[in-house]
This record gives sequence, C-alpha cells and structure tokens, in this order.
Amino acid sequence: MNQEWINALIGGVIIGLSVSIMLLMNGRVTGISGIIDGLLGPTKGDSLWRLLFVAGLVLGGVFMMPFKPEAFVNTVSTSDLTVAIAGLLVGFGTILGSGCTSGHGVCGMSRLSPRSFVATITFIAAGVAAVVLFKKLGVYL
Amino acid sequence: MKNAIAAFVVGLTFSIGLVISGMTQPQKVIGFLDLFGSWDPSLMFVMVGAIAVHFVTYRLIRRRKSPLLDETWHVPAKKEITPSLVVGSLLFGAGWALGGFCPGPAITSLAAGQKQTLIFVISMLLGMFIFRILDKKMKFQR
Repeated sequence: MNQEWINALIGGVIIGLSVSIMLLMNGRVTGISGIIDGLLGPTKGDSLWRLLFVAGLVLGGVFMMPFKPEAFVNTVSTSDLTVAIAGLLVGFGTILGSGCTSGHGVCGMSRLSPRSFVATITFIAAGVAAVVLFKKLGVYL
Repeated sequence: MKNAIAAFVVGLTFSIGLVISGMTQPQKVIGFLDLFGSWDPSLMFVMVGAIAVHFVTYRLIRRRKSPLLDETWHVPAKKEITPSLVVGSLLFGAGWALGGFCPGPAITSLAAGQKQTLIFVISMLLGMFIFRILDKKMKFQR
C-alpha cells in the first residue's frame, strides 16, 4: 500500500462516517446531485438543510486548503468549452440517473440497492470507455 | 433548524474526506478511469473505505424506528432498473471522464476559486435545469 492508497482509504472512511451522520440524524441518503437539484425547484421548509450542506462542502474545502494545497490543483488541461460540456453531462446525467458517486456509489452500494449497483457499474464503465475515446480524440490537451 | 445544522456538519466532514482521499483532483479521477492506459487505482480505495463503514452503520442505524431529527426515513426504496437510470448513468460517466469532477468534489473545489471549476459547476446546474424543463414535457420514468 502506498501513501496515496492509504489517504484514499482514510478519506473514504471519513466519507462513510459522514453519510452515516446524515442517515442517523435526518434519515436521508447523502446524494449530492439530488441535494443540489432540490435547490433548483425549492419546496418550502426543504431548502435550508440543502443550502447548509452545500455551504459545508465549500467550507470544508477552505479549511483543508492550507493542509493539502495540492488537492486543489487541476493539472488536466482542457478547454473551457470541454469543461462546460462535462458539467452539462454531469448535471443532466445524474438527475436522469437518480444519483451520482455519493448517492449511488457510496450510499446505495452500502445498502445493496440493485438500482445503485447498476448505476455505479454503468457510470464507471462509461467513464472508462470515455477516457479511451477522449484520449484518442485528443480532448485532454 | 437542527436538521440543517446536521446537514452542515455532514457537508463539512464529507468534503474533508473528499480532499484527503484525492477525489478533488481531476487528474486522479481520469487516472482511475484510465484502466487501459496508465491506471491509477488509488481512488478505488475511497469506495472501499466508505462502503466498508457505511455497510455496517447503515444496518445499525436502520434498527431504529426513526432517525434522531425526523419522524420518518427518507431512503429510496425503488427497485426497477429503468432506461433512465442506465442512460443517465452513461451520460454522467462520460461527463465525469471529460471534466474529472463529480458533483461533490466540484463544489468543494470551488474553495480554490479557479475559473474552470466555476464553469463546471454553473454548467452542471444548467444541466440539472435543462433536465427539469425536458422532464415537464417528456415525463421521464426514472
């Protein structure tokens, strides 16, 4: 095990504990795409927790920056247009597919949800295939 | 209000986990997906660690009648594998590979204030918004 694997494992354990707090306290799945989407068509009394969750996500980044500045360096060189298309695909795809890496990949897999198994295998396989294609097309500059 | 404070703590701890794990580095995400190239398996351990913990805690927590700050559980119970689930996940996977960001790490990376992260997040919100508009007409069976 090299240090990066150990860090990944430690980070994963923290994420596992974090989603457990959400379940124990609020009885909810920590599905980040869904939590964000709920802010786009807000229902009364259902927005504050979503907003504070997102604020926590950003503040955690601010807090960690001095300790691990390299975690905030994006060395993938692509055009702004490519990044915009990536964002559109992630936004549209996660809502059509009812979840992302957190909701399906962590929470759903942990409770052995068949839908989350299918979703997780599908988005990882699609990602692997897409990297092969994007490398051929020279998308990563 | 208490549930919002709990959600804040979850957001905070979740993002600390993301930063430590390496998930906020698009180059590592693309390296993880580059199975047929120079594969970097490290991010696999994020899922291993998170699932190992939550597989156990989920079962312990669900023994309770209700969560601590709510009367009922809000855990999805749907079981059908729909075309939307598969197509949506395909699109998400492609976008994940293209930008190296999934939703959580993109939001956390906003902390560094880089232009491309902001472009990604705004486009992601736009993608979610476009879904809402299309869904009104097409009524996707998710």
